[in-house]
Parts: sequence; structure tokens; C-alpha cells
Amino acid sequence: MTKSLNERRVISVIVLNESSVLARITALFAGRGYNIESLTVAPIPDSDMSHITIATNGSAKVMEQITKQLHKLIPVYKVIEHEEMVEKEMVLAKFPINENLADISVLALAYNGGVVNVGKDMIIVMVADEPKRIKHFIEASGRYNPCEIVRGGVVAIER
Amino acid sequence: MQMSGAQMVCEAIIAEGVTTVFGYPGGAIMHVYDEIYKQEGFEHILNRHEQASVHAADGYARATGDVGVAMVTSGPGFTNAVTGLATAYMDSIPLVVISGQVPSHLIGTDGFQEIDAVGISRPCTKHNFLVRSLEELPRLMKEAFYIARSGRPGPVLIDIPKDITVDIGEFIYPDGVNIPTYKPTYKGNQKQIDKAVEAIKIAKKPLLYIGGGVVLSNASYLVRALAEKTQIPVVETLMARGVMGAKNPLLLGMLGMHGNYASNMAMSETDLVISLGARFDDRVTGKLSEFAKYAEIIHVDIDAANIGKLVDVDYPIVGDITEVVESMMPLLDDVDTERYEAWRNILNRYDALHPQSYVDSDEVIKPQWAIERIGELVGENAIITSDVGQHQMWAAQHYPFDRPRQWINSGGLGTMGFGFPAALGAKKAFPDKTVINITGDGSILMNMQELVTAAEYKIPVINLILNNHFLGMVRQWQTFFYEKRYSETDLTFQPNFKALAEACGGIGYDVNTKAEFDEAVKDAIKQDKVCFMNVIVNRFEDVLPMVPSGGALFNMMLPQTTQNTQEA
Repeated sequence: MTKSLNERRVISVIVLNESSVLARITALFAGRGYNIESLTVAPIPDSDMSHITIATNGSAKVMEQITKQLHKLIPVYKVIEHEEMVEKEMVLAKFPINENLADISVLALAYNGGVVNVGKDMIIVMVADEPKRIKHFIEASGRYNPCEIVRGGVVAIER
Repeated sequence: MQMSGAQMVCEAIIAEGVTTVFGYPGGAIMHVYDEIYKQEGFEHILNRHEQASVHAADGYARATGDVGVAMVTSGPGFTNAVTGLATAYMDSIPLVVISGQVPSHLIGTDGFQEIDAVGISRPCTKHNFLVRSLEELPRLMKEAFYIARSGRPGPVLIDIPKDITVDIGEFIYPDGVNIPTYKPTYKGNQKQIDKAVEAIKIAKKPLLYIGGGVVLSNASYLVRALAEKTQIPVVETLMARGVMGAKNPLLLGMLGMHGNYASNMAMSETDLVISLGARFDDRVTGKLSEFAKYAEIIHVDIDAANIGKLVDVDYPIVGDITEVVESMMPLLDDVDTERYEAWRNILNRYDALHPQSYVDSDEVIKPQWAIERIGELVGENAIITSDVGQHQMWAAQHYPFDRPRQWINSGGLGTMGFGFPAALGAKKAFPDKTVINITGDGSILMNMQELVTAAEYKIPVINLILNNHFLGMVRQWQTFFYEKRYSETDLTFQPNFKALAEACGGIGYDVNTKAEFDEAVKDAIKQDKVCFMNVIVNRFEDVLPMVPSGGALFNMMLPQTTQNTQEA
């Protein structure tokens, strides 16, 4: 049982793409004391639905409640608690131009990305990888004095 | 047909078969009120506070089972209605509340009487809408009524900007609804039902645990039949009082914090809980780890989220009580009722050991006596509403409820001030029944302005004020758990209730003796006026049995068997 305590889980919520639907979901998490680690939302192509991906954590019992409470919301069509999934997160990172650009470029390549912009003072790289690897990338990039790092949040799809 | 948005609102209300709307006008909802003036399809009752309008619609809904409708203006009109919405939400009562909103172009500008109504009401409604265009208004009205009454019922708010009520367009009220994301489950899973029935057949000490869902599903006759067929004893929650009928020999009573001894012991010793439309509320379970410790649990609920929320369930069945019990019945044809006889005998002995009791007095009226006496005087013909506190628990314990929807109270949210306006709603629905609000000297003041409403519309409800000059329930806790420090609960300073009622066009009675009580009740029933019956009761009477908060159900403080002579 102790193993299931605060386990990280990713759920996908398919919702009607209407006003205030995201507010309903976040208010549910806030009101019932559930945690949101990351949340992304975008419309599903050629439909009137949107796909929301939420990374959260909690015991098996809490996860069951989260799923059921989400399903109770009127505009929620489907809730998928991911078991076997492909999970990715995108990150943009900005470094000073006087850092070792070759190293930075290799680092970005190693994490499934590359250089996306070079300016007078700054270089910007993008990487897209699994959340655990993203953590490693952020740790590794620390030595090149990043000015800014923006994480995109998790998206997931069932295998 | 071409008409204004305001007219569409009225036409939709009429199309839904609503005959009474409770409300209060104001700037943003004025166009709708202008149409209300012109139409004859429904009656509008002007309460004297928006909270009372929603409670009245709620009382109407609880008494009838139909959707109650209330109408308020934007800003403070809406915020006053929030307590009413939350009250209905916690008890799953079908309501449609229509609120005015500032014109669309002013939304988000902090306009006069603007407040984010859908934002505020999100956690206390089943669903809510901000109407964005006239075109969607008829569909949203239809959906609001459908969502309110289907599945697990609940209140729905529909917030309409003023400009949309002015705009003119084509009105076609839809015949049905199609919400692809909302499909309530009514029919229980047959495999689970089969398994549950097998569990019932092999149990030795099964217990039916009946909640408000049975009332909402109109399944009382079925649940009575189920108990009759299986001869399984029954405990009711606060919200289920009346389902089995007080005279039913299988009914042990109400369980929980103020449940009777036999009911709480039954729950502590049962080996199979058959939960029908109950949600394992903390006031019912006490300490969870000790609750039904030796039992497997069958949980039937229309709301999947209720199942497994607080206790682990062995036989989860998502569905409507009526449908599920109907499918269970034929499978129980061969049930051996003898099997549970030893169990029934144990429980009968428990009940004989500590029956629901109090010590009566000749010097002072005991609140329990007043409630039992009301039961003798009006009994079956009455609808009883209540406020929240000691009087509510005494009413639940001592009134002989014998049918569902006879008992109307705010169980989940515990809203003081609910009883009087709810009584107005119930009386509008059933003008031939005697409607009595059993209340306290604390609660009644929270919506006393409804005296004016009741007097104006000649809605003769009886407010039975059990006056102990205390906020009694809090006082009781202070006595037990705060070393008698009666912090802010002494209500010795209070209005002249008789004069107050008379000043508002009603009748007042001051009652100090049992003889005066009988006289006042008999007189009040004959009157066509609202009344305040100020009954002075024993000051330090406690609600017992009591399971201290967080304690195990079997650890009850029991009633004394001799006169309670406690002083301050």
C-alpha cells in the first residue's frame, strides 16, 4: 500500500471545447485538494472537443476519486487514466551567446531538440523528451548559465 | 415565433410545466419580470430575500419531486442566492435558478451589480451556464431543466445578460436534449447485482442502510418491499426519514451521531451493509476505521463518485435505486428469512435495552414531548420542515414520519434559516396539508422576513419555535467539550416572537404549558394565517444519544433515565 502513496499519474481528459471548461477542471482540483503538477490543453483537430493532459499525484484512492469527479462534470466526455503511454514535454531554454555554443547545441541534440534561434546576445534551444529526461536536461544545462527556461507541460497518448 | 429573450424564459418555464416561481426582481432581470407581469402561465411569489426564494423553490422540489424554480437579479441578488444553491447541491435537489447578469458588453468591466456568477456558483451547482447569445437561450433552458432532474439531481444556474433578454429572435423550444458528454447511468450492472444478491443470501447479519437517494428515486415502496421480502432490518439516514414508515417493525431508526442505540449497534456488528442511496457521510459513520468493521459492503448509488469515496466497497453498483432494486427482487424469491432471525432478535434486545427515550416533565415542556405531541395531533397529514440544530435532531428522532417527502430539512449543508422558506414552498405545492416548520429561537431569525411573504400570499405555515434561549446544539457541545464556557450562544435577549409575527400580518402564540401547547396547535391549524408558536422549552435539554465527533458509532452517550436538573 505504501508504494501507491503519492504515485505520479498522467490523465487525459476529453472535454467539450466550450467557455469555462478549463476553469471547471482546475476549480475541481483546487476545491477538492488535489494536486496539479502540469496541465496542457489544446483543441482536438476536426472536432468540437479539446484534449487536456494533467500530470498529478496521489494514492490509488485519490486517483480514483479524481477520475470519477472529473467524469461527473457535464462537459467532460472521457477520462483516460494512462497506464501504457508515450509521454513528452517540450522545453525552450535561452543561453548567453558567449557560452560554449557547440556544447549547448550538442546538449539540445542529445535531448531530442536543437537550436531554434540565434540572436545578438542570446541563443535559444528547444528540446522535447520524456519528463524524466527533461529534468536531466535542465540539470545539465545549468553549467551554461541559462537566462530563462520555459517548460511546456506534459502531453501524453496511450500506446 | 418571434419574441424577446425575456419572453423565451417565461415560455420555457411554462413549457416545463412549472406553476410556481419564487424570486425577487432587480435591474438586470427586469425585462424578464416585465414578461412575468404579462403572462398567466405561472404564479410568481415575491419572497423578501433571495436566499428565501431559493429555499422556497427547494422546499417545493423536495415536497413534489419536481424541479423548483427561483429567479434573482445580478450581483447581490445572485450572491444572496448562493446559500440556497449550496443547500440544494449538498442534498441533490433539482432546481433551476435564473439570474440576471449585466449586459454582455459590460461583463468584465466591474459594472454596477456585476459579479462572476458562474465562477462563484461552480462548486455549488451541478452545472451552470452563462448565456452567450439569444440563439442558444432556448436550448440552454431545456438543458438546465434536464440536467437538474436527471441522473443524480442538483441545482443548475442559468445566468442571462440583460441585453439577451431584450433581443428578439425565433423561439423554438427543443423537444429533447442531446448532450454527448452527459449520459447518466440508470441500469445497474447485472453481474454485480447477481453477486450482491448472493452475498445477501449467505450473510448472517445483513443490514439495509437507506439514504436520501431512495427518496430522490421515488423508490420507497420498492425498498419497503425488499425489506419485507427478506426480513432484513433497516436503518435510515437523516435524509431518508419516512422511507420505511415509523410503524414498520423492520425499521430500527436513524443511525449516526444522533442515531438510536440499536441502529448504531446494528451498523457496528453487521456482516453485510446493503447501502441504498446513502453516501457514508461523516455524521453517519463516526470513526471510519470502526465503521461496519466486520461487514462486506454493497453500495448502490447513481453517482459513481460516491462509491469508494470514504469506505472500500465489495459490491459497487452504479445505477438508479428503483432500477437496481427492481432487478434484485425476483432474484431474492428463494431467500431464507429465517436465516436472519437470530440477528433480528439481537437487535430487538438492543432496542429494548436502550430505546429512543427522554425524561418528560410536568413543570416545563420538553422539546421531545412537543414533537411527539405534534405527531399525535397532525401525524400523517403534515409536512414537516426544519431548520438546523437541536430541534432538527429531535424532530428526526421523535416525529412519526410515515412517508417519504414528509420530512424536509437541510442535511448536507446544515443551513440555518432553511426551514421557514422551505415550508412556504411545500405549502404552495400541497395547500391542503398542514405544513409545520420545527425550528429554534436561533434559526428562525435567519429568514424571519418571510413572515411578510407568508402573510401577503396567505401561505399559512406554522413555525414551531422550540425556544431554549440558546443556540442549543453549539451550547450542547460547549457543555460536553468546552467545560461549559457558553461562548456567544446565550440568546436570552430575543424579540417578542408573538408581537413580531403580529407586526408582519401573522399570528403569534406564547406557549409555556402542555395545555397551552395543545390549544395553540389546534387553533393554528384552523387559521389561514402564518404563525410563530413560541414554545418555551427546557433550557439545558441535550440531544441524545450522541456519538462524540470522530468517535466510533458504538461509543454513544446515552440518555439519562432520570430528570436532567443541570443548571448553567
